Amino acid sequence: MRPRRMSTTITPAPAPTLAPTRPRRGLGDRISTVLYRHGWLRLLGLLGLPMLWLGVLYLGSLALLLITAFWTTDSFTSQVIPAFTWENFSEILTVAAYRDTALRTIGIALAVTVLCAVIAIPLGLYMAKIASPRVRTWLAIGITLPLWAGYLVKVFSWRITFSDGGPLEWLLAPLGLSGPGYGATALVITLAYLWFPYMAVPVYTAFRSIPDNLFEASADLGGRAWRTVFSVALPLLKPALIAGSIFTFSLSLGDYIAAQFVGGKTQVIGTVIASNINLNPPLAAAFATVPILVVVLYLFLARKSGALKHF
Amino acid sequence: MRFSSLSKNTLRALTALIMAAVYVPLALVIMNSFNAATSSTFPVQEFSTKWWVAAWHNEGVREALWTSVKVAFWATLIALILGSMVAFALARYRFFGRNTVNLLVVLPIALPGIVTGVAFSNTFKNVFEPLGINLGLFSIIVGHATFCIVMVFNNVQARLGQMNRGLEEAAMDMGANVFRTFFQVTFPGFRAAFVAGALLAFALSFDEVVVTTFTAAPGTETLPIWIYNNMARPNQAPVVNVIAAVLIIVSMIPVYLSQRLTGADQLERKASKQKQAA
Repeated sequence: MRPRRMSTTITPAPAPTLAPTRPRRGLGDRISTVLYRHGWLRLLGLLGLPMLWLGVLYLGSLALLLITAFWTTDSFTSQVIPAFTWENFSEILTVAAYRDTALRTIGIALAVTVLCAVIAIPLGLYMAKIASPRVRTWLAIGITLPLWAGYLVKVFSWRITFSDGGPLEWLLAPLGLSGPGYGATALVITLAYLWFPYMAVPVYTAFRSIPDNLFEASADLGGRAWRTVFSVALPLLKPALIAGSIFTFSLSLGDYIAAQFVGGKTQVIGTVIASNINLNPPLAAAFATVPILVVVLYLFLARKSGALKHF
Repeated sequence: MRFSSLSKNTLRALTALIMAAVYVPLALVIMNSFNAATSSTFPVQEFSTKWWVAAWHNEGVREALWTSVKVAFWATLIALILGSMVAFALARYRFFGRNTVNLLVVLPIALPGIVTGVAFSNTFKNVFEPLGINLGLFSIIVGHATFCIVMVFNNVQARLGQMNRGLEEAAMDMGANVFRTFFQVTFPGFRAAFVAGALLAFALSFDEVVVTTFTAAPGTETLPIWIYNNMARPNQAPVVNVIAAVLIIVSMIPVYLSQRLTGADQLERKASKQKQAA
């Protein structure tokens, strides 16, 4: 707000109550004048409290977490000893169980991302280019609606689906097949289900924004429908796929509750952190830096690919 | 685009299959809540409403629901104040470190929930507990408010960018002070975005599990934590199932209706515009 300046661009009819006959000088007015004259005071007033919360409390907690990662635990008393050591980090890299868990979690997150993309592409194509406007509206509501259904509710729904003697086994039994049961496959499917809207919406929006005449040009040059989809549409979808993959990847990387309920014995990064948080907090803290590093690396690669400019 | 009818039908079938995969599991939860058996065997042999009655009388569920409402209320309130403040600062001022502040607001949902949870748990144990502040409702609210701020921030900042600053200047030219201008001119301008942010923040807090498990004291249960603690217990699973069914119905129907209404609205507007053009 710049000091009093005649506004020439707009001349609204002011409410009569806003025009006092004589300026009153209450405390509010005086504070108001000071604030009005000093822009930096207003900015300080606006940012002070939020920065105390986010900058000191939250960022401070993250910093303390990083420091704790270099501490150690007395194995007999479970008491945390503040002494600098690289031990926790070297343990993550050298103990096979920890290293495998980290790699497995990254693999699961990648599988979830690929599965989401593979499902989102035909769905987006159908919605954007084939479905009638009415059906399109229905589908657009249909794919975002489950976002509101509650995280645990959705995990529970797949726990029922994959359960022993549950619906999936009943469905597959006549075909002579059996369901995957609780395990890594069930976990990938459940996570893909949880985060699918984050991939489906940008992919659909990207399909919508591809002009039809590009498809016609491709057809005029002799490209058949599927050739057009792969050579014309897919390259244009890349930014949307990358934007969606950031959500599907990083959300899957940090998840451990779905792993507990449908993952069977599958251990993920989150499981290790959660099980160590009380017994060995420094190790849990060190392990928590793994998803941070991987997500930061992923964001860096996504940014470098240049696909994030439009998102 | 010239798709053959075979391609069209294949895509149509795939879409139907995808939508079935989205909704059948949720439908199964609702159906299974009427399953008289304790285990979720399929197909359902005998239907009954006994688990609905049991859930209704369950003290733990009621207490957890009340805790969730309290947490979500306070977290939303804090997020509304802090989120609007940051939104104003970033929408109206250019200053050094602006991008850093923006990143800081988004960070709590950009990082996996488990990282935020572990960080807060660590801070509460090492800093707050020695000061006599123990884990409990307070620590859950702190955790939730942190990631709710961004919900309010996103909505309010987007709206502020579209608002006409001339109106505020006009109010001030007429002699209204900064506060009066804010409450009578600025606030009514972004009220809708403010309310939308509040709803999103409330919904996010109400549904949160991961940060809560790390910041809650052992005895404190929000509704998601109650579900989490009871989902794997065989004799509690039917009650969990009823709660899950209720949550599906309560959360999805209002959103569906509101989207249908606005969707229908837009179609009508388009239709009337076309009529006018013709």
